[in-house]
Amino acid sequence: MFWGSWGMWDDRGMLFSVLVEVSLREGVADPQGATIERSLPHLGFDGVREVRVGKSIRFDLEAADEAAARAEVADLCQRFLTNPVIEDSVITVTEGASA
Amino acid sequence: MAARVGVVQFPGSNCELDALEAVRMLGGEAEILWHGDDTVNGVDAVIVPGGFAHGDYLRPGAIARFSPVMSAVMEFAESGGPVVGICNGFQVLTEAGMLPGALQKNRGLKFLCTTVELRVESTRSALTSEASLGDVLRVPINHFEGNFTCSPETLADLQANDQIVLRYVDNPNGSVDDIAGICNAGRNVVGLMPHPERAISPLLGSEDGVPLLRSLLLQAGASA
Repeated sequence: MFWGSWGMWDDRGMLFSVLVEVSLREGVADPQGATIERSLPHLGFDGVREVRVGKSIRFDLEAADEAAARAEVADLCQRFLTNPVIEDSVITVTEGASA
Repeated sequence: MAARVGVVQFPGSNCELDALEAVRMLGGEAEILWHGDDTVNGVDAVIVPGGFAHGDYLRPGAIARFSPVMSAVMEFAESGGPVVGICNGFQVLTEAGMLPGALQKNRGLKFLCTTVELRVESTRSALTSEASLGDVLRVPINHFEGNFTCSPETLADLQANDQIVLRYVDNPNGSVDDIAGICNAGRNVVGLMPHPERAISPLLGSEDGVPLLRSLLLQAGASA
């Protein structure tokens, strides 16, 4: 799609930096979080609660505008970056490249 | 004519040869289905084997479900063909939406490599038709993410429709309702964490996997 790609570039135009934070859904057991929480008092850190372990995924995305970028990232999360059965995501979209 | 079983091979699969060998020992024909080919090559049954397909990157099964072969496997299953996902293969089938629920990290965060006891809870599936209800089978497990989880509504559906085919006698990984294996509503797609292909001879410590794989071969013969 050589010539098509120029058109795509024109259509998309803007660059966004995207952060997707993936975490286990409310109510899904988080054995990593529980293990970290249990070990903290042994290290002298008292009063830490509700430890949840997740992952963050960063990338740059070209899109026509912020609404289009958010819609695309939401679709990407639903179909690939998260497993909706057990995971939720929080999406942050910022104008401009990350680097 | 012997039933032909296709065993999917992803980059990172590591139980595909065991599955081939097991099928052949039980009198079936077996062949590898390369993940990059979008066909099941006319086989009568498909096994999605254990391992670490595509390195288990992102989540086990998350990338494997997009391999070209999986659209052919889905089509095969939709037309009633028997499909069994073992261990990583079970994870692939849940990610692909061919089976409900998901597999998460074991309670206790330990990689488990041991032999467990399974109780046959339903004989109405492509993998359990030749087993007897209530039978206890000794079959190895070998997984880190085998803790089956699903929404309360999905669990109620699985229970009501007799889709829980195998349960652990002594739950090793925290799976909800002691679930070791389930089938889809059509009963032709089955996923389980234990490895029946590693329990097919007294030399391997158990031959309790034989009735399970024999069920699959019979189903394959029926659909051939």
